[in-house]
Amino acid sequence: MKADLRVALVGNPNTGKSTLFNVLTGLNQKIGNFPGVTVDKKTGTCQLPDGRTAEIIDLPGTYSLYPKSKDESIVFSVLADKHTDTTPDLVVIILDATNLKRNLLLYTQVADLKIPVIVALNMTDLAGKSGIIINTETFSQKLGVPVVSISARKAKGIDELKQAIAFANKVPLQLDSIDVESIAPALIADISAEVKTDNPYFALQLAHQHEHLKSLTSEQSDRIEALEQKHSFHSQKAQATETIARYNFINELLADTVTQPENAREESMSNKIDHVLTHKVFGFVIFIGILLFMFQSIFAWSAYPMDLISSGFVLLQDWLHKALPAGPLTSLLVDGIVAGLSGVLVFIPQIAILFAFISILEDTGYMARVTFMMDKIMRKVGLNGKSVVPLIGGFACAVPSIMSTRTIENWKDRIITIMVTPLVTCSARLPVYTLLIALVVPNKTVWWIFNMQGLALTAMYILSLVSAVVVALVFKFIIKGRERGYFIMELPVYRMPRWNNVALSMYDRSKAFVFEAGKVIIAVSVVLWVLASYGPGKRFEQIESKYSQPQYTKTVKADDLQRMVASEKLENSYAGVLGHVIEPAIRPLGFDWKIGIALITSFAAREVFVGTMATIYSVNGDADNMQSVQEKMAGARNPDTGKPVFTVAVAFSLMMFYAFAMQCASTMGVVYRETKNWRWPLAQFTYMTVLAYVVSLITYQLLK
Amino acid sequence: MKLSQLEVGMRGIVKEFTDLEMSVKLMEMGCLPGEEVVVERIAPLGDPIAINVSGYQLSLRKLEASTIILQ
Repeated sequence: MKADLRVALVGNPNTGKSTLFNVLTGLNQKIGNFPGVTVDKKTGTCQLPDGRTAEIIDLPGTYSLYPKSKDESIVFSVLADKHTDTTPDLVVIILDATNLKRNLLLYTQVADLKIPVIVALNMTDLAGKSGIIINTETFSQKLGVPVVSISARKAKGIDELKQAIAFANKVPLQLDSIDVESIAPALIADISAEVKTDNPYFALQLAHQHEHLKSLTSEQSDRIEALEQKHSFHSQKAQATETIARYNFINELLADTVTQPENAREESMSNKIDHVLTHKVFGFVIFIGILLFMFQSIFAWSAYPMDLISSGFVLLQDWLHKALPAGPLTSLLVDGIVAGLSGVLVFIPQIAILFAFISILEDTGYMARVTFMMDKIMRKVGLNGKSVVPLIGGFACAVPSIMSTRTIENWKDRIITIMVTPLVTCSARLPVYTLLIALVVPNKTVWWIFNMQGLALTAMYILSLVSAVVVALVFKFIIKGRERGYFIMELPVYRMPRWNNVALSMYDRSKAFVFEAGKVIIAVSVVLWVLASYGPGKRFEQIESKYSQPQYTKTVKADDLQRMVASEKLENSYAGVLGHVIEPAIRPLGFDWKIGIALITSFAAREVFVGTMATIYSVNGDADNMQSVQEKMAGARNPDTGKPVFTVAVAFSLMMFYAFAMQCASTMGVVYRETKNWRWPLAQFTYMTVLAYVVSLITYQLLK
Repeated sequence: MKLSQLEVGMRGIVKEFTDLEMSVKLMEMGCLPGEEVVVERIAPLGDPIAINVSGYQLSLRKLEASTIILQ
């Protein structure tokens, strides 16, 4: 549906912008990307009192129109670009009444672009409590724009705001704030003539940001650059002049409209909480406690719904196999697409729970404190305080963790975090580790209390963290940062989490994951299905005819026969052939072609390893029946030497491979989604596979 | 005196900046010449620091704070 009016929400971070967006649009929201960038574009529709519909665009929170991060650069391009389907007719700018001075800087910049503006004054109740009195009428008169007092959290003043949006003028009413032209008169005149604008502030902004604007042709950009040279324009100096002029205007405005309490500066509630939460000792203890709780919850709470989803899919697959005629189409649907789908949907509980936690931690303001406490440690290895959460989340699953790296503004820090997160031992590695450890590590107690198997598992977890840190350190020197790293960050006041925002964030992220990463995952599943279901030439037919001969059908039970056929077919499928092809390459690691097939099939997901082993050794029962897989694997002998296939050296070499290799189509899908460039998932796949190979090789050769 | 040299609880008034690029970012956040700043806390590992400026808390690394000259 075409909206009658397009409204952009603009404001500083932590001003309640997203809450207002949720209140205005409810469930009529969608998330997309702004054209050409990964920044989330949140839009929704809102019914106005006069019956018209308004499309609301939630722009990333920013302190000024001069961007510090990729997210922030969207704000100016959306406001500046006059002829796109995101160009707003009206801007609602949200000001935090408790922090008007800093908030007004962005207002004056947006107002000077001369797009019609309405001010939504949020948190007036909080301002009142701390003794700040704002004369909204004079305020509105001085600015020349409608000012509506709202409380986004309590959904107060929303009708009035909708009313104001409906009544909004098509022409901007706001009065000028500063004398923009005096900053660079000649340059502004020249650029205005060049791009045919009558707005001096727009012209000035072009001088600063022309290189990053998609709406300008490269010739235009070059000509603006030439004009800058001609007038020897210095971007940062001009910005400094402008900022000081704007704050002068703001100070005068505030002097006339706002009564500040006489510096009581009593200890605020937030400060008292911070004494504990950022304490030298307790701060870290509480942080680790919260992480453990989160980590535990992701495992514990997601187990039941995940089981439900996967067993639901098993039932569905069974039913489909029975209901549909057997044939390649059914198999493609059931074993390729539906199986792929289950691999996608099974992650939803973990994603939802992790995002519930992250959204609560961010909403309350605690995340900013974690960043504050951890920045020094993380910076040493080329990460950022904000990388802590994704890395810990990686213990559950890399997929939601990589999605959560968006809170990292610095591009380089974010990319490094994305690159190393899959190294952290995720839950999919657990079945592989437990199977292999049970196979070769004796279940004995050492040093009185430690169980050797438990120690081995713990060692694998510690190894993963160490490797993530080491690799991050390497990437710190390889990846070139485009931006200078800043850590100038607001520590917001502690607040209660907004539960409906938490719920919406769980819903949004899960949906985004299913629809975007899901496409890639299903595609890979289908490819793997083809590789495992077809063989070159007539091999499959030959197997069929071989086993349909009486010597088999008479002597072997039907079930066993089926498994023998399946096992031999797998060996002769493209995947099996590939297993044989790569055998020379993986021999030095101690692997045979059967393990080779498992490596190939578990590229899609590591947990496939157990299932593949089960098929290859044609074990009785299902893949979940670990005992029988383990017994078969323990009994497996090398046909040439007669010695066991799974020696300590082979098992550890395999575990190392699973610890380091990428082997997760979901992660690659989500890395592509988050970086919008195949370069990153491919680079990640390559480095992890190479690392896995080298570490496995060393492990096997040492233990052999 | 630089902002990075202040102890917790000490206050000062911003005079000027030694780094132009940083000054632009800091001024946008309300750290302007003439503005009073108070060091509210220092991170457990000694860096970054949190200051109160124009009614809210801002955290910045010591390296960044060292570009702010106080009166």
